[in-house]
Amino acid sequence: MRLTKKDLLGIQDLSVDEINLILDTAESFIEVSTREIKKVPTLRGKTIINLFMEPSTRTRTSFEIAGKRLGADTVNISATTSSVVKGETLIDMARNLEAMNPDVIVIRHNASGAPHMLAKLVKQSIINAGDGAHEHPTQALLDMMTIKARKGRIAGLRVAIIGDIAHSRVARSNIYGLTRMGAQVTVAGPATMLPRQIEQMGVTVHQHLEEAIKGVDIIMMLRIQTEREQQNIFPSLREYSRCFCLNRENIRLAKDDALVMHPGPINRGVEIAPDIADGPASVILEQVTNGVAVRMALLYLLTGGKS
Amino acid sequence: MDIKKIVMDAEGIDRSLTRIAYEILEKNKGVEDIVLVGIQTGGVFLADRLKKKISAIEEVEIPTGILDITLYRDDLLTSNKKPRLGKTDIPFSLDDRKVVLVDDVLFTGRTIRAAMDALIDFGRPKLIQLAVLVDRGHRELPIRADFVGKNLPSSLWEDVSVNLTEKTGKDEIVIVS
Repeated sequence: MRLTKKDLLGIQDLSVDEINLILDTAESFIEVSTREIKKVPTLRGKTIINLFMEPSTRTRTSFEIAGKRLGADTVNISATTSSVVKGETLIDMARNLEAMNPDVIVIRHNASGAPHMLAKLVKQSIINAGDGAHEHPTQALLDMMTIKARKGRIAGLRVAIIGDIAHSRVARSNIYGLTRMGAQVTVAGPATMLPRQIEQMGVTVHQHLEEAIKGVDIIMMLRIQTEREQQNIFPSLREYSRCFCLNRENIRLAKDDALVMHPGPINRGVEIAPDIADGPASVILEQVTNGVAVRMALLYLLTGGKS
Repeated sequence: MDIKKIVMDAEGIDRSLTRIAYEILEKNKGVEDIVLVGIQTGGVFLADRLKKKISAIEEVEIPTGILDITLYRDDLLTSNKKPRLGKTDIPFSLDDRKVVLVDDVLFTGRTIRAAMDALIDFGRPKLIQLAVLVDRGHRELPIRADFVGKNLPSSLWEDVSVNLTEKTGKDEIVIVS
């Protein structure tokens, strides 16, 4: 089994075998980050450009650390410090970056499909680090890795994804991945945050958090995007949290050994109560640790090898 | 058609490993500071067997680790193959230890070069020794083994494989030509 793709653009394009290959490889990479010398020479001489046109701490740092631990050189570009402020288009910027011969370009962009456009334009491997409300494949992979590490499997598990499903690329990538791997996925959120015909993605839909998390193995809370409060999608944060905050009362509806996940950054007291985020069921920081391993696995699988 | 020749059977392998176990003890004057590290995948099983033999002789358990050398290979960027990554598990410090690397077949020496680079990332061993079940020659690097089960001069087009019970259900060394 090999990953024959040039790019990683979305979970939608991945087969079960490919997902398993990435997760197994990532599991072997965990060990490298626990060493005293956290660096292997595998990607020595390779250059990775992290092109982040949207704010990010976790994902950008995670990609940078992953590249460095594999021995590659990493360069970070963010929107505010790049020539975008001078009006350069993404296409021109990509052509210029390509002319400097990097090996991988990791891109986050607020426009859905931006990584796909780049992938057609340049010969380098493109990794999607989140595009608009479309996909965030590495987040879904690290989530699946965390679930598999804790539960030993993904198939047959019941997973509830709660929050702003409509604007969440994390939710979309996870729905593709988890359903493909054989999990049963339920989503819940305010009606304004549930995309129409979401059932067609193979999930069941609930209006209330309590119904959605009843008897589930995994609760995945999404960040409520507070910047959307002005868009009249929900009346107030307080009202949102009254209905959709995971707390010590409603969490009892899930299985006793249910795991709580969150892609970060968390809004304490809005979508998740602080004692739940820091509690024994939470694997939020494990997700972050696994994120580095998943990204190392992808960089390893996508680079090198003459074709 | 492939011609298979069995050059060592289960008893032969067991006797070779017994001898190597004694040789390791003799050369290092006992078990003090000794750790075994098996190279994925064949070396892992052999290291485990050597550990059992040594603990039967000396009545002490010696630390044994597993090393996957994939990330240190010198052909990752030139070959089209992406080898599947295996587990590395060395749950002890290598500083000032006498490390005995264990592999099934010594051939070009490139695996051992990669393994030594990897070990040194884990600490500063007092010394590194090499134990192999078969040395088939054709070295491409200045590397030799300290403990050898069997020297097996072979042709480049022949394939030497060490089959182990843990992997294939039967202990034997075969040459396929």
